[in-house]
Amino acid sequence: MEVFFQQVVSGLATGGIYGSVALALVMIYQATDVVNYAQGEMAMFSTYIAWTLLDKGVPYWWAERIVIRPVENKPILTIVIVCIGLLVILNSMAGWIYSYIQKPFPSPFPPKPIMLGTVVFGAHDLGAIGVTLVVLAFLYAFFRFTTLGLAMRAAAQNPVSSRLCGIRVGWMLAIGWGLASMVGAVAGMMVAPIVFLDPNMMAGILIYAFASATLGGFTSPGGAVLGGLIVGVIENLVGTYVHFIGTELKLTVALALILVVLVFKPSGLFGRVAVHRV
Amino acid sequence: MALLEAKGLHAQYGWTKVLHGIDFAVQEGGITTILGANGAGKTTTLRAVCGMVRTAGEIRFDGRRINGRATEDLVRLGIGHAPEGRGTFVNLTVEENLRLGAYARRGGGSVAQDLERVYGYFPVLAQRKKQAGGTLSGGEQQMLAVARALMLRPRLLLLDEPSLGLAPLVVREILRIVRTINREERVSVLLVEQNAAVALGLADHAYLMETGRVVMSGPAAELRQNDAIRRAYLGY
Repeated sequence: MEVFFQQVVSGLATGGIYGSVALALVMIYQATDVVNYAQGEMAMFSTYIAWTLLDKGVPYWWAERIVIRPVENKPILTIVIVCIGLLVILNSMAGWIYSYIQKPFPSPFPPKPIMLGTVVFGAHDLGAIGVTLVVLAFLYAFFRFTTLGLAMRAAAQNPVSSRLCGIRVGWMLAIGWGLASMVGAVAGMMVAPIVFLDPNMMAGILIYAFASATLGGFTSPGGAVLGGLIVGVIENLVGTYVHFIGTELKLTVALALILVVLVFKPSGLFGRVAVHRV
Repeated sequence: MALLEAKGLHAQYGWTKVLHGIDFAVQEGGITTILGANGAGKTTTLRAVCGMVRTAGEIRFDGRRINGRATEDLVRLGIGHAPEGRGTFVNLTVEENLRLGAYARRGGGSVAQDLERVYGYFPVLAQRKKQAGGTLSGGEQQMLAVARALMLRPRLLLLDEPSLGLAPLVVREILRIVRTINREERVSVLLVEQNAAVALGLADHAYLMETGRVVMSGPAAELRQNDAIRRAYLGY
C-alpha cells in the first residue's frame, strides 16, 4: 500500500508538469485555433534563454508574427507542418547554440523532501504543482474576467465578426502565442531541474502533454491540468504494477491513452463538443 | 447633410468585379435602404463601407474619405455592422457577445449601462444572457447581432438582411426596434434587404440595385408606388 501511495504522489508530481505543458497547448489552441506541435521545443528554448538570461520567454511572440501569420488561413495541415518545422528548427538551434551536453538547472525550491508518514513528497514536485495551479488560476481569471481575454477568445473563434467589433485580430493572436510561450517557459523551468536541460528534454514530455490535453479536452484549460495529473498517476501505476511495461514502455501508455480517448470521447473529459449549425 | 456618401464606388473580390460605380447616400438621422435580388451586390456594398473588400471610387463618412481604411478603425469612427449571417460568437455567452460589441466604443459611460439599454430593447436577450450565443434561435441571433452593433453606440448602423429566414412577426419586431433606435438615439441606418415590402415600410430613402448597379432611387414612398417595383419586388 505504501508503494501505491508513493507512486500516486510521484505520479501527481510529474503529472503537474505534463499539466503545465498541456495548459500551454490548450491556451494556444483556445487563443489561435492552432495545435502547436512546437510547444515543447518552444518551452525548451525559453528555458535555455531563462538559463542564460534568467529571464522569461516573452520574445516568443515573434514566432506567431513571422512563422504562423503567413499561413494563418491555409488548410490545417499546412499549419501542422509549419509547427513541426518550427519544432525541428528550435531543437537544432538550441543544440547549435547551447550544445547537446546536459546542463543542470537549479530548482527554485529547497532540496529537502517533505515526509508525510512514510510517503515522501519532493519539495520541487509540490512546488511544480503549486506553480501550475497558480498559472492556471491566473489564466482562468485573465480569459474569464478581462476584456483583453474576452477579445482573444473572440478573435480565435470568429475573426471576421471580431474585426467588426473593432478587435485587432492579428495582435490578439500574437498575444496568445506570447502568453502560451510564457506558460511553456514556466513549464520548462519546472521540468529542467528534474530531467536536466538539454535540447531533447521536452520530446517525451510533449507526448504526455498531448495525452493530458486530449484526456482533459482541448477546449478546457482546467481539464488539461487535471488530465496531466491523471496521466502522471496512470503512467506511474501502470509502470509499477504491470510488469511487462515497466519504465521502458511508459510512453506507450500515453499514446494508447490518446487513442482510447479519441475513439471513445473525442472531446475529452471536460472539453466542449464542437457544434456547428448547418 | 449626408453622414455616409458613396460616389462611383467599385468593389471586387479577386478578379471578379461586383460593384460597377454606384452612388448612394445616407442622411444624418435617416434610414436608407438598398433593395435588390440575390447577387445584386447589396452585401458587398456594406462590406465596401466597412473596408472588408477592395474598393475604388469614393466613400465619405462624416465628410472624411474612408476608403482603404482598416475595418477595425472604421468601427472606431462609429460604424456598427450587423453582418450577413449574423456573426454570432457561438461559444461565448450572450452577454459576452454584447460586451465585445462595446470593445471599440468611443466616449465614457459604463458598459453595464449600455447592457441595460440594449436589454431594454431586446428583453429576450436579458433572459438568455448566460446562454451560449450558438444556442439562440435565428431570430434571437439576429436581435443579438443588432444589439451587439448598438453596444458600440454607433452613429451609423449597417443591417444586412435582418429578415432573412425569420418569421414575419419576428422581422416586424426587429424592425420596430430599429425604428425606435433611429428616432430616439438619432442613429442613422443603412438597411440592405431583399424583402422590399418590409424595407420600404421602414426607410425614408431607397435604392434599387441590379447586378452591381443602382438602377433606381428616390424617396421610399415613391418607390412603393412605382409599378415596376410593385410587380417585381412587392408581388401585387
